[in-house]
Amino acid sequence: MVRLPYTTALTTLFSYGLLFAFGQLRDFFRKFVDWFKAKNVKGYAPICLGLEDFYVRRLYLRIQDCFGRPIASAPDSWFDVVERTSNDNNKTLQCTSNTTRCLNLGSYNYLGFAAADEYCTPRVIESLKKYSASTCSVRVDGGTTKLHAELEELAARFVGKPAAILFGMGYVTNSAIIPCLIGKGGLIISDSLNHNSIVNGARGSGATVRVFQHNSPAHLEEVLREQIAGGQPRTHRPWKKIIVIVEGIYSMEGELCKLPEIIAVCKKYKAYTYLDEAHSIGAVGQSGRGVCELLGVDPADVDIMMGTFTKSFGSCGGYIAASKEIIQHLKQSCPAHLYATSMSPPAVQQVISAIKVILGEDGSNRGAQKLARIRENSNFFRSELKKMGFEVLGDNDSPVMPIMLYNPAKIPAFSRECLRQKVAVVTVAFPATPLLLARARICISASHTREDLMKALDVISRVGDLVGIKYFPAEPPKIAEADAEITS
Amino acid sequence: MDMALPVVNATAAVFARVSAAFNAPLARAVVFGVHIDGHLVVEGLLIAVIVFQLSRKSYKPPKKPLTEKEIDELCDEWEPEPLCPPIKEGARIDTPMLESAAGPHTIVDGKEVVNFASANYLGLIGNEKIIDSCIGSLEKYGVGSCGPRGFYGTIDVHLDCESKIANFLGTPDSILYSYGISTIFSVIPAFCKKGDIIVADEGVHWAVQNGLHLSRSTVVYFKHNDMASLASTLEKLTRGNKRAEKIRRYIVVESIYQNSGQIAPLDEIVRLKEKYRFRVILEESHSFGVLGKSGRGLAEHYGVPIEKIDIITAGMGNALATDGGFCSGSVRVVDHQRLSSSGYVFSASLPPYLASAAVSAVNYLEENPSVLANLRSNIALLHKKLSDTPGLEISSHVLSPIVFLKLNKSTGSPTTDLDLLETIADKVLKEDSVFIVTSKKSNLDRCKLPLGIRLFVSAGHTESDISRLSSSLKRVSASVLSDY
Repeated sequence: MVRLPYTTALTTLFSYGLLFAFGQLRDFFRKFVDWFKAKNVKGYAPICLGLEDFYVRRLYLRIQDCFGRPIASAPDSWFDVVERTSNDNNKTLQCTSNTTRCLNLGSYNYLGFAAADEYCTPRVIESLKKYSASTCSVRVDGGTTKLHAELEELAARFVGKPAAILFGMGYVTNSAIIPCLIGKGGLIISDSLNHNSIVNGARGSGATVRVFQHNSPAHLEEVLREQIAGGQPRTHRPWKKIIVIVEGIYSMEGELCKLPEIIAVCKKYKAYTYLDEAHSIGAVGQSGRGVCELLGVDPADVDIMMGTFTKSFGSCGGYIAASKEIIQHLKQSCPAHLYATSMSPPAVQQVISAIKVILGEDGSNRGAQKLARIRENSNFFRSELKKMGFEVLGDNDSPVMPIMLYNPAKIPAFSRECLRQKVAVVTVAFPATPLLLARARICISASHTREDLMKALDVISRVGDLVGIKYFPAEPPKIAEADAEITS
Repeated sequence: MDMALPVVNATAAVFARVSAAFNAPLARAVVFGVHIDGHLVVEGLLIAVIVFQLSRKSYKPPKKPLTEKEIDELCDEWEPEPLCPPIKEGARIDTPMLESAAGPHTIVDGKEVVNFASANYLGLIGNEKIIDSCIGSLEKYGVGSCGPRGFYGTIDVHLDCESKIANFLGTPDSILYSYGISTIFSVIPAFCKKGDIIVADEGVHWAVQNGLHLSRSTVVYFKHNDMASLASTLEKLTRGNKRAEKIRRYIVVESIYQNSGQIAPLDEIVRLKEKYRFRVILEESHSFGVLGKSGRGLAEHYGVPIEKIDIITAGMGNALATDGGFCSGSVRVVDHQRLSSSGYVFSASLPPYLASAAVSAVNYLEENPSVLANLRSNIALLHKKLSDTPGLEISSHVLSPIVFLKLNKSTGSPTTDLDLLETIADKVLKEDSVFIVTSKKSNLDRCKLPLGIRLFVSAGHTESDISRLSSSLKRVSASVLSDY
């Protein structure tokens, strides 16, 4: 958990206050200037009234160049970032034709399948020629090909469940499945830091939603007891069913979920569990099977396991793995299965090949090598950063590591300075994180070599000194200790 | 309280007697210059008793929270419903499996069939140029983009695709989404918030309904494709409502309705929108690349200037034979979505090879506008040949590439109707090798339009394909529907 020292909190609040004050001042002057210009056509209310987009106009636009940077090559461990210029003080940005070759610490490329791969790409091109880029049809009509059936079986086998169902986009998987499983009269208890797709799905289902403190099985138990005893709001009738939704790795914290304890609590109170493994499938675990393998939980104990293919498999789409009855029910009633264009066949082939590589079924041990490398890289990088005195969040073995920045001015400073030194990082601020807890998030990949990591550490250390984010005392380097021994 | 009254009465009686006894001598008592009469003493005592009673707390049963043991018992007793309802007997769950590309002729379950189930309107599946551009993209960029648009997931092909679509349509700017169905249900909540008014057609498909539900605005539905109903709804909502100027108001319609094949009369809608000051959100998934002289959509078909439509969204999984979606409009509209549309911000971006496929598809359409003429003649031919099918009638618009066949006489229950239609579709596939499908409905869908058989016509179909379909359909429907 993040421990925010008081001085940092005060300075951060002061900075935001200053930015807010300046923003209001500029808005005030803007009202005068616009008095003469009729901005909106008469009779139509403006798209954003008043303070609705204040944050975007006055805070975000100042540092717009740190986000949405276009790239001109595959998102591999080194890529080409397109340079952008602005001649109206960052309000609009134009792309130039220059690119800079930078080290990629931002893409979700955990196992290195992002660029063309020697096993996967030829097979993908073959399937493209056979099935073409799209089936133009929904799954239940003419959109199921042999590849889809093969991948559903393979995904179920990989995760350890009896059956699976595929979707073309991870976001839609959550938003369209949760309304099928639960409706009015049901209760959804979700972790407070769950992803937006889960929030949307929960809202769209019509069930009551309650939140429990992030990763706290004790609070979950408290909420469950209170809710089961109290029943539905106002009528106090018993709940029809309760689903608890957690994620494997939380993308903004880098933390692993406390899965064994949460499953124990859910079993005791007969609640169903839904595990979203978007970031953890393929990236953690001895053979890449996700948090269940890493934490020693039997997949049969989790009712529904969801995952995406975007991060570790270098493709797109999502899946749900559960028992045969649930999957059959979903195939008949899930709107994303009945109304949405089926997943593009080459993308399906990419996932099939990637899973085969990970399982070692392609005849080589590249999969095992990749898994070992990402574990090594993550642990090495995290321990080095901590030694330098940065405040790094997350657990060991997790490839996502946020470095705390806090102050709003340090966000563009860190991002731009790193880019100048040819390292591309991702910085995240409000509203994806709480207002005071801005951070830079590093995603390690299996395709980063040791030299890449050393260069990254070097650059981050220098920029960290410049910007002033080494909030903890650094460990003294080993050479000084050896010297001390010699001289004593 | 009940017991107190007799006590009060008794006390008062006693005091009355006592004061009567003292009345005479007390009549001459003077305190602070006021004559004290005996009755003043009684009244004073009564007031004191009343005040004492009123100041006592009224009786309420004490509130006891549940003890731990009671909560334990309740938790033990509670039994949840199963996570999914039991599967109904005889429900059809196996779908036909394709073994080759979903072009006009494809291989289903081992045999070659004529395919009327894919929305491949321009026949671009299997097009050499598109496949070549995809291969180039795959070799350069790999398959996935590994990140959302804000965090290094923006690849130059995305920017090219966005500007290409904006140029093609004639709008200032456009924005790409990574999945067709998520486009509309991300766009609507980005613009419509709680307190806004939305007027929507009752036949819109599930994704639009989901977007309307997520937006938490007030939604009013009007009768399917009925302009009189729309006019009266707009009139009712704006008449006498002075606050209407401050609230954002939207009309949501589809250009070609997936659930019925009707085409929305855009000129009428634009006239109404300008009269009542509403903004229009137009869902063009099935008309982009199909309607209009050069395939630019519904606005070109009706001759309406494109600036009058505020927001155009479309999925690219139909005419453009790729995946993903886009939204087009003014610069303000598009910029707003880059930060507040959840399907754009919180999701990985479109795989780059699909974006380059879209660019090639739009290029192809610009260079070969004759493909639209092929499509139109195929649709006209199909209408002519199917006009005398026994038991089925065409209920879609004459220009719609989705040809919707519904039963002449419904049997009374939607499930038996659907069973009949599915039997027809199965027989047509098994006996004559023509692949057709019925429209499907999820139980989360609140659209009440009747189900039917949907035929997706493509520019790649030949006359013989269409003849095969019509003769097969006539034969099978005659045999299946002969008893009804």
